[in-house]
Amino acid sequence: MKTFYGTELPNPLMLGTAQYPSPAILEQAFRTSGAGVATVSLRREGAGGAGQAFWSMIRDLGVLILPNTAGCHTVKEAVTTAHMAREVFDTPWIKLELIGHTDSLQPDVFQLVEAARILTDEGFQVFPYTTEDLIVAERLLAAGCQVLMPWGAPIGSGRGLNNEYALRAMRAEFPDVPLVVDAGIGLPSHAAHAMELGYDAVLLNTAVARAGDPVAMARAMALAVQAGQLAHQADPIEPRDMAEPSTPVIGKAFLS
Amino acid sequence: MKIVLNGEPREVRAETLGELLAECGFSGRVATAVNEEFVPSGLRLAHKLAEGDRVEVVAPMQGG
Repeated sequence: MKTFYGTELPNPLMLGTAQYPSPAILEQAFRTSGAGVATVSLRREGAGGAGQAFWSMIRDLGVLILPNTAGCHTVKEAVTTAHMAREVFDTPWIKLELIGHTDSLQPDVFQLVEAARILTDEGFQVFPYTTEDLIVAERLLAAGCQVLMPWGAPIGSGRGLNNEYALRAMRAEFPDVPLVVDAGIGLPSHAAHAMELGYDAVLLNTAVARAGDPVAMARAMALAVQAGQLAHQADPIEPRDMAEPSTPVIGKAFLS
Repeated sequence: MKIVLNGEPREVRAETLGELLAECGFSGRVATAVNEEFVPSGLRLAHKLAEGDRVEVVAPMQGG
């Protein structure tokens, strides 16, 4: 089993913590799904200390914490955010997001590679949110990343795997690198699809948090990633164009 | 002196970043930056503030 910087995930579901109707529902979604990793962020602390209550709830979940650099548009901003996250969350893990385009939230892969190199040199374990581009992936690995997180579709779009061909190619090109489809998942079938392709985990947030029943959807996603993972390990058949009878032809009674 | 704390102009008595956190009631898990540079927690007490400094104090928050 592949590890994420030496850590084995208890479950291939990584779940975001934003946009839930309430902290209680967020907590239930985690407990019901068994998600092993929670993504979190840093924001300005108010006078009421809202961040401290959130922190104590997340800590009590007992899951692995993956802080992000969401909303960062420059290398400097992302690197500074990573340093602050390492101190606050006490982990070298960082989900490196460098946003290049406002509407699609597409990663700026040039800055991403640069920031990944800086952070790796400074002892971080970088989880880069990237596109499905294979050359960018190579550069990220050369920069020291040991995990890749290509998008399925734009963040929050719920469109599933926009470019299955490219995601399949990435899996084939980097068989030993832990790969995570991050973003764009809308339905359990999308999550299962990513796992069927041989991805090692799926990271999603909006699909669960904004569902009418987030707890039920979290459970559905957990079952889907499990099903997809089992299916991949079970070596699925290749699709074919023509029918092939599954019931034996030999021995059929002659009745006409 | 006048500083900008999390985007809001503030008049404060504190002379160091550590004093500022105490004066403004921040406690628990926070991280700090002054003028866009990260200041590790161990250096806050020694970090002297200057007129017009832009201070950011961040804490754990929901994220995807």
